[in-house]
Amino acid sequence: MSHEEMKSMASACPNFYWKLFQSTFLISAFTVGGGFVIIPLLRAKYVDEYGWLNDKETLNLVSIAQSMPGVVAVNASIILGYRMAGIRGALTALSATILPPLITLSAISCAYDWFATNPYVRYALKGMQCGATALIVNVAIDLLQKQWKKRLLWPLAIIAGTFVANFFFAVNIMLLVVIDGILGLLFLRSAEYGK
Amino acid sequence: MIYLTLFWEFAKVGIFCVGGGYASMPLIQAAVVDTYRWMSLGEFVDIFTISQMTPGPIGINAATFAGMKIAGIPGAVCATVGFCTPSLILGIVLANLFFKYGDIGPIRGILNGLRPAVVALIAAAGISFVVLALWNEETLPEDLTTIDPLGVIILLVALVAVRRKIGVIKLLAATGAAGLVLGIIQQNLLG
Repeated sequence: MSHEEMKSMASACPNFYWKLFQSTFLISAFTVGGGFVIIPLLRAKYVDEYGWLNDKETLNLVSIAQSMPGVVAVNASIILGYRMAGIRGALTALSATILPPLITLSAISCAYDWFATNPYVRYALKGMQCGATALIVNVAIDLLQKQWKKRLLWPLAIIAGTFVANFFFAVNIMLLVVIDGILGLLFLRSAEYGK
Repeated sequence: MIYLTLFWEFAKVGIFCVGGGYASMPLIQAAVVDTYRWMSLGEFVDIFTISQMTPGPIGINAATFAGMKIAGIPGAVCATVGFCTPSLILGIVLANLFFKYGDIGPIRGILNGLRPAVVALIAAAGISFVVLALWNEETLPEDLTTIDPLGVIILLVALVAVRRKIGVIKLLAATGAAGLVLGIIQQNLLG
């Protein structure tokens, strides 16, 4: 979908800014445990529910968000908002992303000692951690299956190499992103890799 | 003027924070503990703990909480907005570049290389999440029998639910409730 098509889709959608605000707010409020949890959430909202993005666009968006400095969830919401509705969209999504921490932490800082030591809070967070794990495992399985079915050597080699470097050798993610971007630039310019 | 200083210091954190929310921690520490002595190292470690325990992106949680401890809610707003400003500018520039020229060769090539990379990083994150959920440790422990039964039960049920396409919010609310109930049961059984 082109930039213009996305924008016209946004202006045609009733309550667009409210929907964008509400969805990025919820995503920020429910990101438990770090950047990558945002991917299943983005996918559930924007691919499955609203139909604003497809899987490939979601990965493009996360790639860009991942390859710039800052917090992945914030970067992703800014790019998504900008993509859908220009600067106004970016500001809407950004404010919706930083509001939930502001609200929760205002509440928590009033009751810091209670929160840090309360076993019930810990149990509930432990449960949510498992939920977030299930989400990310599910997305990983889906995306790996998709790539596997295409039977293209280069993308599969990038997946294997990046996984091993990151998981077993703890190579810095930024460095990996730069290397894979360069590999793409050199070898993956043909249209067959773009599907 | 404390608010401007907060904005500027956290904007610097935003520029140099490369590699996600965790990367912001040493930068925030350098600013609030070492340079300005707004808080002790112990207080900063508390901020780190709370940021991890609270839902929300870790880097944003840390910036918000640090700002709040230093100068109340206005301080939290200044620190967080400062932290996000570099992302906002750079995000708009990059989005323009990629979405306007995404269909021409070189940029398409870069994105074609990055998509499989992100798939691999998601898979790696997924496995470390599983280890954390099952053993409550960041790396696989030598003694695998320390596995947390609570984690096993909730994770397995959650996986089945996710494969059957349960809604995300519903899932996280349900697993939170399950953690609470099972945790209380476990606590009472053990003592």
